[in-house]
Amino acid sequence: MPGDPMPLRLHVPEPTGRPGQATDFSYLRVSAPGEVPRPAVDIVPSHTGTMAWKLIRVLDDHGQAVGPWAPRVEPETLRRGLVAMLRTRAFDARMLIAQRQKRISFYMQCLGEEAVAVAHALALQPGDMCFPTYRQQGLLLCRDDIDVVELMCQLLSNERDPLRGRQLPVMYSYRRAGFFSISGNLATQFVQAVGWAMASAIKGDTKIASAWIGDGSTAEADFHNALTFAHVYRAPVILNVVNNQWAISTFQAIAGGEGTTFAARGVGAGIASLRVDGNDFLAVLSASRWAAERARRNLGPTLVEWVTYRAGAHSTSDDPARYRPADDWQKFPLGDPVARLRQHLTGLGAWSDAEHDRTVAALDEEMAAALKEASRHGSVQDGHIPPLATMFEDVYRQMPPHLREQMRQAAAETGVA
Amino acid sequence: MATMTMIQALRSAMDVLLGSDPDVVVFGEDVGYFGGVFRCTEGLQAKYGRHRVFDSPIAEGGIVGTAIGMAANGLKPVVEVQFADYFYPASDQIVSEAARLRYRSAGDFTAPVVIRMPCGGGIYGGQTHSQSPEALFTHVCGLRTVMPSNPYDAKGLLIAAVESGDPVIFLEPKRLYNGPFDGQHDQPMVPWSRHPRSEVPEGRYTVPLESAAVVRPGEQLTVLTYGTMVYVAEAAARQAGVDAEIIDLRSLWPLDLATMVDSVRKTGRCVVLHEATRTSGFGAELVSLVQEHCFYHLEAPIERVTGWDTPYPHALEWAYFPGPERVARAFRKVLGEGLP
Repeated sequence: MPGDPMPLRLHVPEPTGRPGQATDFSYLRVSAPGEVPRPAVDIVPSHTGTMAWKLIRVLDDHGQAVGPWAPRVEPETLRRGLVAMLRTRAFDARMLIAQRQKRISFYMQCLGEEAVAVAHALALQPGDMCFPTYRQQGLLLCRDDIDVVELMCQLLSNERDPLRGRQLPVMYSYRRAGFFSISGNLATQFVQAVGWAMASAIKGDTKIASAWIGDGSTAEADFHNALTFAHVYRAPVILNVVNNQWAISTFQAIAGGEGTTFAARGVGAGIASLRVDGNDFLAVLSASRWAAERARRNLGPTLVEWVTYRAGAHSTSDDPARYRPADDWQKFPLGDPVARLRQHLTGLGAWSDAEHDRTVAALDEEMAAALKEASRHGSVQDGHIPPLATMFEDVYRQMPPHLREQMRQAAAETGVA
Repeated sequence: MATMTMIQALRSAMDVLLGSDPDVVVFGEDVGYFGGVFRCTEGLQAKYGRHRVFDSPIAEGGIVGTAIGMAANGLKPVVEVQFADYFYPASDQIVSEAARLRYRSAGDFTAPVVIRMPCGGGIYGGQTHSQSPEALFTHVCGLRTVMPSNPYDAKGLLIAAVESGDPVIFLEPKRLYNGPFDGQHDQPMVPWSRHPRSEVPEGRYTVPLESAAVVRPGEQLTVLTYGTMVYVAEAAARQAGVDAEIIDLRSLWPLDLATMVDSVRKTGRCVVLHEATRTSGFGAELVSLVQEHCFYHLEAPIERVTGWDTPYPHALEWAYFPGPERVARAFRKVLGEGLP
């Protein structure tokens, strides 16, 4: 080799903005609304490279639905979607207050990411199973068969908590609503969703699975296992990567997003992949339908990267002012999913400012009343918690002798049963 | 009645399960067309089809992770991790997911997955094909850990494991696959057909979990052991002329405490024996249980005979393996006969 050897340097990615600096989203590749083609659902997966590198968008700056991905959808469906996003936001806001008042120990909001869950749910059928992370509460709050009082009892870890006080707040489980138990460990459920979908195919069932992961956890081996197994067995599953730019304080470049897209990983694994504006309710609905149809027609998995922004803190234990510019969300090129759908519906004449204000006020009232009702069943703070025996139940299908003995001992030592 | 090897008995168990329950599926590395590197699943794909018995990618986390998802969707997966030494990439799925899904969801979802793993040494497998990691599983609440020592138990326990509704770690001592090896590695191998526990019914039966077997009744001392070491203990008792009561735990956790305690209270002396490394090994738990439940019946300190606290060596395999001589020495020690 001619010349002097060059000293090697380690590259450690940095975000484009830190506290006190001007924010800069120039790293985010954004396509024009309507620009990206919509292929037939039976496209060869390796031919989805364009869709994985560009950004599928439907709503333009004026709130008009444009281009091939504009979905056929009744305004009434979109109105319900808007209300569900507002309801999710109202629930989050009330629970953040409750956490600051120390009525619950911990909370995680999904501010700015509501469309990713709520619009996706519209593409699923009863019996399908979602394997969500802790930021898809919209999947539950868009349903009319989930009682918000019961959700709040889970957050309070009280006597009415359906999970018997065993899980951190927000780690819900609702089999009957197609909502898999949230682990709390990251990425583990992504590959389980693939297994659930494989079982559906093994049984000759018609149900599909939808898996969720954040940009940060795509670095886990379970993400790659999920892609491999989904591809190998052509599993009827939707693999959702919610790229909200931040994993606690870690910018998405540290997860491997620099100079590439998360959707591109799917193409490399032989999976049809889309990169979609996650704050565009119509684009989320349309892409979700496309992916669900592929799964239902035995065409295999679809990976969808939803580009969005985590507008709030990671959790109530986090302070984003310490690691990112304060005005990030205001400058985010893809805006706010609620404001954008509201603009679209207003343009259609299907929504008004007065109706918006009335709805927000009513939802706020609903959440305040629900919290009052849930609090009547106690909280982890006031000691109205599930009985001691529940600590020992459900470890095994039937309680083995050593746990019966430990339960007896714990009751004797604490003086409660 | 037909005699079977461990391999044939395990295959027969999976055959019975696949044939009687459409929810049972079997998969893992090389288990489909080829029938597994130890042949335990040979012929099952041809009989039951590729959608029920199939090959998997080389990703233990993916094997166990997908099995959990399948179980949550009503199937009963029986998966193979090719060697127990390879389970580590699946640790998160086993410990944080399978073991706790029922608990964390308050019974909303369960993960009745059975994970078969060949374990143990004696085959010149070196440090990546010889490990006995049972203590890493017995430490995890929510798991059942099982290790059969003979063909009859292997089939009955595997069927019981699948029907238990709990996640089960099913450890198969690979040195026992083809015969009851007693640690005398320079002797010709004894085939299973000469052992009474190789008589295995063709159809369904179970050996209950949480149930130990007294494989040799005796009066002088109690041996608590499992897997390959059952035969090593028998050889040691013969060689030393000791009337040992040998207990094969079969289910390591949850276990059959009563059988252990009754025996030690009767003999007053106890030797704990396993092939795995010593420190924080499952033997430490057994010693603790005996101390808690039998202290006033003990005539001598409890002895532990185990593998050394080193990686499993290749060339020095037989210096590592706790053979009959080491076990016999422990017998003499607890009997107060002094060291030779």
